[in-house]
Amino acid sequence: MASVDTAVEPSDSTISEPEIGGVRRRDFINIAAVSFAGVGVVATVFPLVNQMNPSADVLALSSIEVDISAIEPGQAIKTSWRKQPIFIRNLTAPEIEEANKVDVSGLRDPQTLAERTQVGKENWLITLGVCTHLGCVPLGAAQGEIKGEYGGYFCPCHGSHYDTAGRTRKGPAPTNLEVPEYSFLTDTVVKIG
Amino acid sequence: MSFPWAQQYKPATEFGQWMDDRLPIGRLVYNSLGAGYPTPRNLNYMWNFGSLAGVFLVVQIVTGIILAMHYAANADIAFDSVEHIMRDVNSGWMIRYAHANGASFFFIAIYLHIGRGLYYGSYKAPREMIWLLGVVIYLLAMATAFMGYVLPWGQMSFWGAKVITGLFEAIPLVGKPIQELLLGGFAPDNAALNRFFSLHYLLPFVIAGVIIMHIWALHIPGSSNPTGVNVKGKQDTVPFHPFYTAKDGWFVGLALIFFTAMMFFMPNALGHADNYIPANPLSTPAHIVPEWYFWPWYAILRAFTFDFLFVPAKLLGVLAMFSAILVWFFLPWLDRSPVRSGDYRPRFKKFFWFGLIPCIAILGYCGGAPAEEPFVMMSQLASAYYFAHFLIILPLLSRIEKPEPLPNSITEAVTGKPLQQAS
Amino acid sequence: MVRFFGILIGLFFAGMLVYSFGRGAVEYISNPPVKAVEYQFHEEPKDVSFTSDGPFGKFDNQQLQRGFQVYKEVCAACHGIRLVAFRNLEELGYTEDEVKAIAANWPIEAPAIDPATGEASTRPPIPADKFPKPFANDVAAGAANNNAIPPDLSLITKAREGGAPYVYSLLSGYSDPPAELPEANRPGIGLHYNAYFANLNIAMAPPITGDDQVTYSDGTNATVSQMAQDVSAFLIWTAEPSLVKQKQTGWAVLAFLLIATILAFLSYKSIWADVKAEKKKKEA
Repeated sequence: MASVDTAVEPSDSTISEPEIGGVRRRDFINIAAVSFAGVGVVATVFPLVNQMNPSADVLALSSIEVDISAIEPGQAIKTSWRKQPIFIRNLTAPEIEEANKVDVSGLRDPQTLAERTQVGKENWLITLGVCTHLGCVPLGAAQGEIKGEYGGYFCPCHGSHYDTAGRTRKGPAPTNLEVPEYSFLTDTVVKIG
Repeated sequence: MSFPWAQQYKPATEFGQWMDDRLPIGRLVYNSLGAGYPTPRNLNYMWNFGSLAGVFLVVQIVTGIILAMHYAANADIAFDSVEHIMRDVNSGWMIRYAHANGASFFFIAIYLHIGRGLYYGSYKAPREMIWLLGVVIYLLAMATAFMGYVLPWGQMSFWGAKVITGLFEAIPLVGKPIQELLLGGFAPDNAALNRFFSLHYLLPFVIAGVIIMHIWALHIPGSSNPTGVNVKGKQDTVPFHPFYTAKDGWFVGLALIFFTAMMFFMPNALGHADNYIPANPLSTPAHIVPEWYFWPWYAILRAFTFDFLFVPAKLLGVLAMFSAILVWFFLPWLDRSPVRSGDYRPRFKKFFWFGLIPCIAILGYCGGAPAEEPFVMMSQLASAYYFAHFLIILPLLSRIEKPEPLPNSITEAVTGKPLQQAS
Repeated sequence: MVRFFGILIGLFFAGMLVYSFGRGAVEYISNPPVKAVEYQFHEEPKDVSFTSDGPFGKFDNQQLQRGFQVYKEVCAACHGIRLVAFRNLEELGYTEDEVKAIAANWPIEAPAIDPATGEASTRPPIPADKFPKPFANDVAAGAANNNAIPPDLSLITKAREGGAPYVYSLLSGYSDPPAELPEANRPGIGLHYNAYFANLNIAMAPPITGDDQVTYSDGTNATVSQMAQDVSAFLIWTAEPSLVKQKQTGWAVLAFLLIATILAFLSYKSIWADVKAEKKKKEA
């Protein structure tokens, strides 16, 4: 069709040709301007959303140092890390033995005690005090609290039982109590985070 | 829409049609800010500041909502929470400086927008309601800005709150109880800070609501224009979109360049050093001034130095300050000249450029200066002119002035050719 | 009606103002106001520049570290920087371990609670702590300082008219009172003459008394002016730690906006081209 048009009215095409080019150039400028505005809006949204991330003072508290020299075997302390409870437990020899006796392959979340502690410090069980089910704080760290059927921790919210290695044994909790990243600075000071 | 030649909204897609039959938002936008709104073709750049003020209101609301996520409205920690935003929150300094300077730019836009209306007679029939709603927006914006300035709880915040609520104390008999009611105490403290925060959060949305009415009212007669002559036909208008969206768009970019230059390179230039000192109820800064956009009114407040019969100077100042703004509510009925645009009113033009504008500039300068001579005397003369301009000169001028001949139509004014040839 | 009352009100206000102006003018001429003595002797801040000045300014970390040293050895006993945390010092180029050591050895301890007794006690600060305040509260600060409360310095360069040059001038601007200073304006007991201070007499004793008051580890010659300048630079940083970042971000934003605005302008021009062309055609 187009070729027929040009053949019939050559004078018309010579006039319309630059105009078509003009329209295209104009469209390009409009598209470029609108795209730039779009990019600008997106670039502005980033800091406006990023401000909701943890601020510098919150991040600064993301590692803590804890003195564990006063924890006797069989005792545990609760401390706070990133506004969440941390359980530090000094396991007794029978507790360690009991934990090692368990057939790991039958567990919901198979882990040995050795995998959950550090070499040479097997008696120090450091876990988040946050039930892996829905985030309640399990009982069993403070003296006199119920330790559950497996002698570890017991979450009263929905009845999850953890053993002396902090592994889930019964109830709805899907995984073992989380072990945070930590290291022993000295024999009595642990850095968590 | 009152223009029969306005382009009609036609949904481009089937979904658009489905939506249009049920909730015609697309139609609403099309008719108010889109191609369906015929706009005079001869608007100059003074017509850009309404949309610009709207843009800065959005900036203020967005940054303000974010600041409220980190700010603590408690007199003990409000100051520190602002510094927490400045130091620890990710990009917090950027958001706070955008908010602090955005307020100033909002007022710059709003003042130029008002000035446009004053010069081109935009307040005249049939646009009185647009003007009245505009004055309401301005009053709400002043209240919002004042309460926002209190929130960082620095020295200027505290003493600003004290002085401004002290204005109400001037009212005879009930003044003191009203001041205590406003503050929820005898001096600004937690109660005042919390209610100011609550209202500072609320009022911008009220402003947005009044703006919707402002635009609604605008769409009944349509925009005015620099000639003040009514739109006579299709040839006098262009569709708002793309013509004025493009013009507003690039102008917003230009304004943002100034805005960001301010907020990144001199963010505290419009603020006051004393507001980086935590509020101290026992010590007043040497020189209390409000933010710059209040200076003209502050100068009028301080211009009254003598009692009149049984009316104390303090009350006179307060009355005069409120009257100075309230007089705008009566402006459409004070100025009865049938000619809208100042361009065709030779005497009005002189009074505007050589009377009102210098007068407001002087008031602004004196309002920011210390309360010493010769600034008090200057603000007395300027205030006298201010009242004379609106209450005496404008009403009389419309009787004696002989306007210049108006063009027959907007198109004629633009092309310089009579209407018949142009169409 | 509106106009009638309007004119009446206008005449009243304008009349009152003109009357007030007349009374004020008579008073002004017959009894010209005298500038307070402070104005005659007060001096504007000295002309001093900092590397962080200007739109391309950057902090000189070496200088900030020297300034921190001056702050620590000269100012910190009386003036806190309570909004700054030890961890922030890493921005000055200190390593994590250095910051830890600075915090642990800081002469003022952070408030704490004795875990055994629950009583208020103190502990060495950790990097996450803000700098502890030198005085527990304003009453203690006033009592220890002849009732003049030493201001916190975190924001001082933003909280004073004149900014960092003012701080510099104040620190290096102590002198003997000029001979022609009236008796009433001479420093009383516990006050010191300083022409850069608003009322000329400041309670703070000259903090930087002579050269080599501190020993810079980088070998910089510790003159009075050098120390005053370094600590002022440090206080610019404490007041606005993100200053350099602000300017850098600003340039990126401006560059982007400039291009976007030019594009938007060209787009505007092209959209209006037909309307303008029509106008031109008709003018021709």
